[in-house]
Amino acid sequence: MPKEKNVTLTVNGRQVTARLPSHRTLLEALRDLGFVDVKRGCEKGDCGACAVLVDGVAIDSCLTLAASVEGRAITTVAGLGDRDAPHPLQDAFAASGAVQCGYCTPGLIVAAQSLLNRTPEPTDDDIRLALSGNLCRCTGYAKIFDAVRAAARALRDGGDAR
Amino acid sequence: MIAEFELETPDRLDAALALLAGQDAGAGAALAGGTNLIVDLRSGRESPARVVDLGGIDALRGIEVGADAITLGARATVTDLLTSPEIAAHAPALVEAARVFAGQMVRNAATVAGNIACGSPAADLVPPLMTLDAEVTLASTTGERVVPLAEYFTGYRADVRRGDELITRIRWPRLPESSVHGFHKLARRKGDAITVVGVSVALSVAGGRCSRARIALGAVAPMVVRAPKAEAMLEGVALTPALIEDAARQAVEECTPIDDIRATAAYRRHCVHVLTRRLVTAAWDRLV
Repeated sequence: MPKEKNVTLTVNGRQVTARLPSHRTLLEALRDLGFVDVKRGCEKGDCGACAVLVDGVAIDSCLTLAASVEGRAITTVAGLGDRDAPHPLQDAFAASGAVQCGYCTPGLIVAAQSLLNRTPEPTDDDIRLALSGNLCRCTGYAKIFDAVRAAARALRDGGDAR
Repeated sequence: MIAEFELETPDRLDAALALLAGQDAGAGAALAGGTNLIVDLRSGRESPARVVDLGGIDALRGIEVGADAITLGARATVTDLLTSPEIAAHAPALVEAARVFAGQMVRNAATVAGNIACGSPAADLVPPLMTLDAEVTLASTTGERVVPLAEYFTGYRADVRRGDELITRIRWPRLPESSVHGFHKLARRKGDAITVVGVSVALSVAGGRCSRARIALGAVAPMVVRAPKAEAMLEGVALTPALIEDAARQAVEECTPIDDIRATAAYRRHCVHVLTRRLVTAAWDRLV
Protein backbone atom coordinates (compact mmCIF):
# COMPACT_ATOMS: atom_id res chain seq x y z
CA MET A 1 0.00 0.00 0.00
CA PRO A 2 1.21 3.48 -0.74
CA LYS A 3 1.94 5.88 2.08
CA GLU A 4 -1.60 7.28 1.92
CA LYS A 5 -4.98 5.87 0.96
CA ASN A 6 -8.73 6.10 1.47
CA VAL A 7 -9.66 4.25 4.63
CA THR A 8 -13.27 3.43 5.48
CA LEU A 9 -13.93 3.03 9.17
CA THR A 10 -17.17 1.79 10.71
CA VAL A 11 -17.60 3.83 13.87
CA ASN A 12 -20.67 3.48 16.08
CA GLY A 13 -22.50 1.89 13.16
CA ARG A 14 -21.69 4.74 10.78
CA GLN A 15 -19.29 4.46 7.84
CA VAL A 16 -16.77 7.25 7.46
CA THR A 17 -14.12 7.46 4.78
CA ALA A 18 -11.01 9.57 5.05
CA ARG A 19 -7.78 9.90 3.16
CA LEU A 20 -5.18 8.85 5.72
CA PRO A 21 -1.45 8.38 5.77
CA SER A 22 -0.55 4.80 6.66
CA HIS A 23 1.06 5.81 9.93
CA ARG A 24 -2.09 7.50 11.27
CA THR A 25 -3.19 5.88 14.53
CA LEU A 26 -6.83 5.05 15.16
CA LEU A 27 -6.82 7.55 18.03
CA GLU A 28 -5.65 10.40 15.78
CA ALA A 29 -8.06 9.41 13.00
CA LEU A 30 -11.08 9.17 15.31
CA ARG A 31 -10.42 12.52 16.97
CA ASP A 32 -9.80 14.22 13.60
CA LEU A 33 -13.13 12.77 12.40
CA GLY A 34 -14.90 14.34 15.39
CA PHE A 35 -15.12 11.37 17.74
CA VAL A 36 -13.59 13.38 20.54
CA ASP A 37 -15.19 11.20 23.23
CA VAL A 38 -12.05 9.08 22.65
CA LYS A 39 -9.43 10.67 24.88
CA ARG A 40 -5.74 11.11 24.21
CA GLY A 41 -3.68 10.25 27.29
CA CYS A 42 -0.24 8.70 27.53
CA GLU A 43 -0.08 7.45 23.90
CA LYS A 44 1.85 4.37 24.96
CA GLY A 45 -0.71 1.93 26.27
CA ASP A 46 -0.43 2.68 29.97
CA CYS A 47 -3.49 4.82 30.77
CA GLY A 48 -6.42 3.37 28.79
CA ALA A 49 -8.06 6.77 28.13
CA CYS A 50 -8.17 6.05 24.38
CA ALA A 51 -9.81 2.61 24.63
CA VAL A 52 -12.37 1.69 21.98
CA LEU A 53 -14.10 -1.58 21.17
CA VAL A 54 -13.08 -3.36 17.98
CA ASP A 55 -15.58 -6.16 17.28
CA GLY A 56 -16.55 -5.99 20.96
CA VAL A 57 -13.02 -6.24 22.37
CA ALA A 58 -11.33 -3.23 23.97
CA ILE A 59 -8.01 -2.08 22.58
CA ASP A 60 -5.93 1.07 22.98
CA SER A 61 -6.62 3.18 19.88
CA CYS A 62 -3.24 4.93 20.34
CA LEU A 63 -1.46 1.61 19.66
CA THR A 64 -3.53 0.72 16.61
CA LEU A 65 -3.10 1.94 13.03
CA ALA A 66 -6.35 3.21 11.54
CA ALA A 67 -5.75 1.26 8.32
CA SER A 68 -5.42 -1.98 10.31
CA VAL A 69 -9.05 -1.92 11.49
CA GLU A 70 -10.76 -1.14 8.20
CA GLY A 71 -13.96 -3.16 7.90
CA ARG A 72 -14.21 -3.94 11.61
CA ALA A 73 -16.85 -2.58 13.99
CA ILE A 74 -15.40 0.23 16.09
CA THR A 75 -17.41 1.41 19.09
CA THR A 76 -16.54 4.46 21.19
CA VAL A 77 -18.17 5.31 24.49
CA ALA A 78 -20.64 7.59 22.69
CA GLY A 79 -21.64 4.62 20.55
CA LEU A 80 -22.78 2.70 23.64
CA GLY A 81 -25.39 5.27 24.58
CA ASP A 82 -26.07 8.98 24.90
CA ARG A 83 -27.84 11.42 27.22
CA ASP A 84 -31.28 10.42 25.95
CA ALA A 85 -30.65 6.68 25.95
CA PRO A 86 -27.71 5.98 28.23
CA HIS A 87 -26.11 2.56 28.43
CA PRO A 88 -26.43 0.86 31.85
CA LEU A 89 -22.68 1.41 32.41
CA GLN A 90 -23.08 5.14 31.72
CA ASP A 91 -26.07 5.28 34.07
CA ALA A 92 -24.21 3.38 36.75
CA PHE A 93 -21.07 5.53 36.52
CA ALA A 94 -23.22 8.64 36.99
CA ALA A 95 -25.37 7.19 39.76
CA SER A 96 -22.42 5.71 41.70
CA GLY A 97 -20.34 8.88 41.59
CA ALA A 98 -17.66 7.00 39.67
CA VAL A 99 -16.72 10.16 37.78
CA GLN A 100 -14.70 13.06 39.10
CA CYS A 101 -12.67 14.86 36.43
CA GLY A 102 -14.07 12.42 33.89
CA TYR A 103 -11.05 12.13 31.61
CA CYS A 104 -10.57 8.40 32.22
CA THR A 105 -14.30 7.62 32.12
CA PRO A 106 -14.74 6.89 28.39
CA GLY A 107 -11.89 4.37 28.49
CA LEU A 108 -13.09 2.82 31.73
CA ILE A 109 -16.62 2.32 30.38
CA VAL A 110 -15.25 0.79 27.18
CA ALA A 111 -12.95 -1.54 29.18
CA ALA A 112 -15.85 -2.52 31.44
CA GLN A 113 -18.10 -3.22 28.44
CA SER A 114 -15.38 -5.45 26.96
CA LEU A 115 -15.37 -7.38 30.25
CA LEU A 116 -19.17 -7.69 30.38
CA ASN A 117 -19.31 -8.87 26.76
CA ARG A 118 -17.31 -11.90 27.81
CA THR A 119 -18.17 -12.19 31.52
CA PRO A 120 -21.72 -11.08 32.36
CA GLU A 121 -21.31 -12.02 36.03
CA PRO A 122 -17.85 -10.72 36.93
CA THR A 123 -16.17 -11.26 40.29
CA ASP A 124 -14.22 -8.38 41.83
CA ASP A 125 -11.07 -10.15 40.63
CA ASP A 126 -12.45 -10.15 37.07
CA ILE A 127 -13.18 -6.42 37.34
CA ARG A 128 -9.72 -5.70 38.75
CA LEU A 129 -8.10 -7.59 35.88
CA ALA A 130 -10.29 -5.92 33.26
CA LEU A 131 -9.60 -2.39 34.53
CA SER A 132 -5.88 -2.89 35.18
CA GLY A 133 -5.00 -0.89 32.06
CA ASN A 134 -7.10 2.18 32.97
CA LEU A 135 -5.60 4.82 35.20
CA CYS A 136 -7.92 7.02 37.28
CA ARG A 137 -6.13 9.47 39.53
CA CYS A 138 -9.26 10.94 41.16
CA THR A 139 -11.62 8.33 42.48
CA GLY A 140 -9.54 5.56 44.00
CA TYR A 141 -11.58 3.01 41.99
CA ALA A 142 -14.07 2.07 44.77
CA LYS A 143 -16.97 3.88 43.09
CA ILE A 144 -15.87 2.60 39.71
CA PHE A 145 -16.13 -0.97 40.99
CA ASP A 146 -19.57 -0.15 42.45
CA ALA A 147 -20.63 1.13 39.03
CA VAL A 148 -19.40 -1.92 37.13
CA ARG A 149 -21.11 -4.28 39.61
CA ALA A 150 -24.38 -2.31 39.34
CA ALA A 151 -24.24 -2.21 35.54
CA ALA A 152 -23.54 -5.94 35.35
CA ARG A 153 -26.60 -6.57 37.54
CA ALA A 154 -28.73 -4.24 35.45
CA LEU A 155 -27.63 -5.84 32.19
CA ARG A 156 -28.38 -9.32 33.55
CA ASP A 157 -31.76 -8.40 35.02
CA GLY A 158 -32.75 -5.96 32.32
CA GLY A 159 -33.33 -3.51 35.17
CA ASP A 160 -32.17 -0.04 36.08
CA ALA A 161 -28.57 0.64 37.12
CA ARG A 162 -29.42 3.72 39.17
CA MET B 1 3.79 11.93 15.40
CA ILE B 2 5.09 8.86 13.59
CA ALA B 3 7.46 8.97 10.61
CA GLU B 4 5.97 7.78 7.32
CA PHE B 5 6.20 4.21 6.11
CA GLU B 6 4.59 1.93 3.56
CA LEU B 7 1.94 -0.24 5.17
CA GLU B 8 1.34 -3.69 3.73
CA THR B 9 -1.58 -5.84 4.85
CA PRO B 10 -1.08 -9.33 3.41
CA ASP B 11 -3.65 -12.05 4.17
CA ARG B 12 -1.28 -14.95 3.57
CA LEU B 13 1.92 -15.90 5.35
CA ASP B 14 3.87 -16.46 2.12
CA ALA B 15 2.93 -12.96 0.96
CA ALA B 16 4.12 -11.50 4.29
CA LEU B 17 7.42 -13.37 4.03
CA ALA B 18 7.89 -12.17 0.44
CA LEU B 19 7.38 -8.59 1.61
CA LEU B 20 10.05 -9.03 4.29
CA ALA B 21 12.49 -10.86 1.99
CA GLY B 22 15.50 -8.84 0.97
CA GLN B 23 14.80 -6.17 3.58
CA ASP B 24 17.88 -4.85 5.33
CA ALA B 25 17.88 -5.12 9.09
CA GLY B 26 15.53 -2.47 10.45
CA ALA B 27 14.08 -1.57 7.03
CA GLY B 28 11.07 -3.84 7.35
CA ALA B 29 9.04 -4.34 10.51
CA ALA B 30 6.38 -6.92 11.27
CA LEU B 31 3.32 -5.50 13.04
CA ALA B 32 1.34 -7.86 15.25
CA GLY B 33 -0.36 -6.42 18.35
CA GLY B 34 1.49 -3.13 17.93
CA THR B 35 1.79 -2.56 21.67
CA ASN B 36 5.58 -2.27 21.42
CA LEU B 37 6.07 -1.36 17.77
CA ILE B 38 3.73 1.65 17.67
CA VAL B 39 5.36 3.05 20.81
CA ASP B 40 8.82 2.55 19.25
CA LEU B 41 7.69 4.16 15.97
CA ARG B 42 6.37 7.17 17.86
CA SER B 43 9.58 7.58 19.85
CA GLY B 44 11.71 7.17 16.72
CA ARG B 45 13.46 4.13 18.16
CA GLU B 46 12.22 2.22 15.10
CA SER B 47 11.92 3.85 11.70
CA PRO B 48 11.21 1.16 9.11
CA ALA B 49 10.50 2.03 5.48
CA ARG B 50 7.93 -0.78 5.35
CA VAL B 51 5.57 -2.17 7.97
CA VAL B 52 3.95 -5.55 7.32
CA ASP B 53 0.70 -5.91 9.28
CA LEU B 54 0.16 -9.58 10.19
CA GLY B 55 -3.42 -9.04 11.45
CA GLY B 56 -5.07 -10.54 8.39
CA ILE B 57 -3.15 -13.83 8.40
CA ASP B 58 -5.45 -16.44 9.91
CA ALA B 59 -2.77 -19.14 9.67
CA LEU B 60 -0.90 -17.49 12.53
CA ARG B 61 -3.77 -17.81 15.02
CA GLY B 62 -4.85 -20.45 17.47
CA ILE B 63 -3.73 -22.72 20.27
CA GLU B 64 -3.30 -26.39 19.43
CA VAL B 65 -3.03 -29.08 22.08
CA GLY B 66 -1.52 -32.27 20.69
CA ALA B 67 -0.76 -35.62 22.30
CA ASP B 68 2.88 -34.66 22.90
CA ALA B 69 3.10 -30.91 22.52
CA ILE B 70 1.24 -27.62 22.73
CA THR B 71 1.59 -25.17 19.85
CA LEU B 72 0.73 -21.49 19.86
CA GLY B 73 0.22 -19.60 16.64
CA ALA B 74 2.40 -16.52 16.61
CA ARG B 75 -0.63 -14.23 16.80
CA ALA B 76 -2.12 -15.90 19.88
CA THR B 77 -2.72 -12.97 22.23
CA VAL B 78 -2.04 -12.63 25.94
CA THR B 79 -5.82 -12.66 26.45
CA ASP B 80 -5.98 -15.96 24.54
CA LEU B 81 -3.61 -17.40 27.17
CA LEU B 82 -5.80 -16.06 29.99
CA THR B 83 -9.00 -17.53 28.59
CA SER B 84 -7.73 -20.91 27.41
CA PRO B 85 -8.57 -23.89 29.64
CA GLU B 86 -5.85 -25.86 27.82
CA ILE B 87 -3.14 -23.36 28.73
CA ALA B 88 -4.40 -23.32 32.33
CA ALA B 89 -4.04 -27.10 32.40
CA HIS B 90 -0.73 -27.42 30.56
CA ALA B 91 1.18 -24.23 31.30
CA PRO B 92 -0.29 -22.64 34.44
CA ALA B 93 2.65 -20.26 34.91
CA LEU B 94 1.90 -18.78 31.51
CA VAL B 95 -1.58 -17.89 32.79
CA GLU B 96 -0.05 -16.36 35.94
CA ALA B 97 2.23 -14.26 33.74
CA ALA B 98 -0.70 -13.24 31.51
CA ARG B 99 -2.65 -12.09 34.59
CA VAL B 100 0.04 -9.58 35.55
CA PHE B 101 0.82 -8.53 31.98
CA ALA B 102 0.15 -4.80 31.37
CA GLY B 103 -3.59 -3.99 31.25
CA GLN B 104 -6.65 -5.40 29.51
CA MET B 105 -6.37 -3.45 26.25
CA VAL B 106 -2.71 -4.33 25.82
CA ARG B 107 -3.41 -8.01 26.62
CA ASN B 108 -6.21 -8.04 24.03
CA ALA B 109 -3.78 -6.89 21.32
CA ALA B 110 -0.32 -8.06 22.36
CA THR B 111 0.85 -11.40 21.03
CA VAL B 112 3.01 -14.11 22.51
CA ALA B 113 5.40 -13.94 19.58
CA GLY B 114 5.62 -10.18 19.93
CA ASN B 115 6.58 -10.49 23.58
CA ILE B 116 9.43 -12.79 22.52
CA ALA B 117 10.43 -10.72 19.49
CA CYS B 118 10.69 -7.46 21.45
CA GLY B 119 13.68 -9.03 23.22
CA SER B 120 13.08 -7.27 26.50
CA PRO B 121 14.78 -8.88 29.51
CA ALA B 122 11.57 -8.04 31.40
CA ALA B 123 9.23 -9.80 28.91
CA ASP B 124 6.83 -11.62 31.23
CA LEU B 125 5.87 -14.53 29.00
CA VAL B 126 9.46 -15.56 28.33
CA PRO B 127 10.47 -17.08 31.71
CA PRO B 128 7.41 -19.40 31.85
CA LEU B 129 7.98 -20.44 28.22
CA MET B 130 11.65 -21.07 28.91
CA THR B 131 10.91 -23.41 31.81
CA LEU B 132 8.66 -25.38 29.42
CA ASP B 133 11.61 -25.85 26.99
CA ALA B 134 9.66 -23.92 24.37
CA GLU B 135 10.96 -23.71 20.81
CA VAL B 136 10.39 -20.89 18.35
CA THR B 137 9.77 -21.54 14.65
CA LEU B 138 11.27 -18.89 12.36
CA ALA B 139 10.07 -18.76 8.77
CA SER B 140 11.35 -16.94 5.70
CA THR B 141 10.98 -17.36 1.95
CA THR B 142 13.95 -19.74 2.09
CA GLY B 143 12.42 -22.10 4.65
CA GLU B 144 11.86 -22.70 8.33
CA ARG B 145 14.13 -23.29 11.28
CA VAL B 146 13.39 -24.15 14.89
CA VAL B 147 15.32 -22.44 17.68
CA PRO B 148 15.07 -23.34 21.37
CA LEU B 149 13.86 -20.25 23.24
CA ALA B 150 16.81 -20.68 25.63
CA GLU B 151 19.12 -20.04 22.62
CA TYR B 152 16.98 -17.39 20.94
CA PHE B 153 18.33 -14.30 22.69
CA THR B 154 21.91 -13.18 22.16
CA GLY B 155 21.98 -10.03 24.30
CA TYR B 156 20.00 -6.97 25.30
CA ARG B 157 17.17 -6.70 22.73
CA ALA B 158 19.25 -8.89 20.42
CA ASP B 159 18.24 -12.26 19.05
CA VAL B 160 18.92 -14.75 16.27
CA ARG B 161 15.98 -13.66 14.08
CA ARG B 162 17.00 -12.18 10.73
CA GLY B 163 15.17 -9.21 9.19
CA ASP B 164 13.50 -11.47 6.63
CA GLU B 165 12.23 -13.94 9.24
CA LEU B 166 8.98 -14.10 11.18
CA ILE B 167 8.14 -16.07 14.28
CA THR B 168 5.29 -18.33 13.16
CA ARG B 169 4.86 -20.79 16.03
CA ILE B 170 5.85 -21.38 19.64
CA ARG B 171 5.78 -25.01 20.71
CA TRP B 172 6.67 -26.96 23.82
CA PRO B 173 6.47 -30.59 24.88
CA ARG B 174 3.82 -31.39 27.46
CA LEU B 175 5.18 -31.39 30.99
CA PRO B 176 5.51 -34.86 32.50
CA GLU B 177 2.82 -36.10 34.93
CA SER B 178 3.55 -34.83 38.47
CA SER B 179 4.86 -31.43 37.46
CA VAL B 180 4.40 -27.95 38.88
CA HIS B 181 4.90 -24.85 36.72
CA GLY B 182 5.12 -21.55 38.62
CA PHE B 183 5.84 -17.88 38.02
CA HIS B 184 6.19 -14.85 40.22
CA LYS B 185 6.45 -11.29 38.98
CA LEU B 186 7.79 -8.77 41.44
CA ALA B 187 6.74 -5.24 40.44
CA ARG B 188 5.40 -2.08 42.00
CA ARG B 189 1.83 -3.04 41.15
CA LYS B 190 0.05 -6.18 39.96
CA GLY B 191 -1.06 -4.56 36.73
CA ASP B 192 0.38 -2.03 34.31
CA ALA B 193 3.93 -2.26 35.71
CA ILE B 194 7.32 -3.30 34.38
CA THR B 195 8.86 -6.30 36.08
CA VAL B 196 11.58 -5.75 38.69
CA VAL B 197 12.32 -9.48 38.94
CA GLY B 198 10.42 -12.35 37.30
CA VAL B 199 11.12 -15.96 38.17
CA SER B 200 9.61 -19.09 36.66
CA VAL B 201 10.22 -22.60 37.99
CA ALA B 202 9.12 -25.93 36.54
CA LEU B 203 9.65 -29.01 38.68
CA SER B 204 8.78 -32.63 37.98
CA VAL B 205 8.91 -35.60 40.30
CA ALA B 206 9.36 -39.31 39.60
CA GLY B 207 10.00 -41.99 42.20
CA GLY B 208 10.35 -39.47 45.03
CA ARG B 209 13.14 -37.58 43.30
CA CYS B 210 13.17 -34.39 41.27
CA SER B 211 13.33 -35.67 37.70
CA ARG B 212 13.35 -32.31 35.90
CA ALA B 213 14.10 -28.80 37.11
CA ARG B 214 13.99 -25.57 35.16
CA ILE B 215 14.60 -22.07 36.50
CA ALA B 216 14.30 -18.97 34.30
CA LEU B 217 15.04 -15.45 35.50
CA GLY B 218 13.61 -12.23 34.06
CA ALA B 219 14.88 -8.63 34.34
CA VAL B 220 18.15 -9.64 36.00
CA ALA B 221 20.44 -9.96 32.94
CA PRO B 222 20.60 -8.39 29.45
CA MET B 223 18.08 -11.06 28.44
CA VAL B 224 15.90 -13.65 30.16
CA VAL B 225 18.29 -16.41 31.29
CA ARG B 226 18.14 -19.94 32.66
CA ALA B 227 20.04 -20.95 35.79
CA PRO B 228 21.44 -24.30 34.58
CA LYS B 229 23.80 -24.90 37.50
CA ALA B 230 21.02 -24.36 40.01
CA GLU B 231 18.77 -26.65 37.97
CA ALA B 232 21.46 -29.37 37.98
CA MET B 233 21.70 -29.20 41.78
CA LEU B 234 18.01 -30.09 42.03
CA GLU B 235 17.77 -32.86 39.44
CA GLY B 236 18.07 -36.52 40.42
CA VAL B 237 17.63 -36.08 44.16
CA ALA B 238 14.92 -35.67 46.79
CA LEU B 239 14.86 -32.00 47.72
CA THR B 240 15.52 -30.74 51.23
CA PRO B 241 15.23 -27.19 52.54
CA ALA B 242 19.05 -26.97 52.70
CA LEU B 243 19.45 -28.09 49.10
CA ILE B 244 16.75 -25.68 47.90
CA GLU B 245 18.51 -22.86 49.76
CA ASP B 246 21.83 -23.75 48.08
CA ALA B 247 20.19 -23.90 44.65
CA ALA B 248 18.51 -20.54 45.21
CA ARG B 249 21.90 -19.04 46.14
CA GLN B 250 23.39 -20.62 43.01
CA ALA B 251 20.65 -19.02 40.86
CA VAL B 252 21.84 -15.63 42.16
CA GLU B 253 25.32 -16.44 40.83
CA GLU B 254 23.81 -17.08 37.39
CA CYS B 255 22.24 -13.66 36.91
CA THR B 256 23.87 -10.28 36.24
CA PRO B 257 21.40 -7.58 37.26
CA ILE B 258 21.97 -3.85 37.00
CA ASP B 259 20.87 -0.82 39.00
CA ASP B 260 18.08 1.05 37.25
CA ILE B 261 15.08 3.26 37.96
CA ARG B 262 13.05 0.31 39.27
CA ALA B 263 15.54 -1.35 41.66
CA THR B 264 19.16 -1.83 42.56
CA ALA B 265 21.20 -4.81 41.42
CA ALA B 266 21.64 -5.87 45.06
CA TYR B 267 17.87 -5.87 45.65
CA ARG B 268 17.33 -7.86 42.46
CA ARG B 269 19.88 -10.48 43.56
CA HIS B 270 18.15 -10.75 46.92
CA CYS B 271 14.79 -11.22 45.18
CA VAL B 272 16.15 -13.90 42.84
CA HIS B 273 17.30 -15.78 45.94
CA VAL B 274 14.01 -15.44 47.80
CA LEU B 275 11.67 -16.02 44.85
CA THR B 276 13.62 -19.04 43.58
CA ARG B 277 13.59 -20.57 47.06
CA ARG B 278 9.87 -19.91 47.49
CA LEU B 279 8.85 -21.20 44.06
CA VAL B 280 10.97 -24.38 44.30
CA THR B 281 9.77 -25.04 47.86
CA ALA B 282 6.11 -24.53 46.93
CA ALA B 283 6.48 -26.79 43.88
CA TRP B 284 8.23 -29.55 45.82
CA ASP B 285 5.67 -29.39 48.65
CA ARG B 286 2.85 -29.82 46.15
CA LEU B 287 4.54 -32.74 44.43
CA VAL B 288 5.51 -34.94 47.39
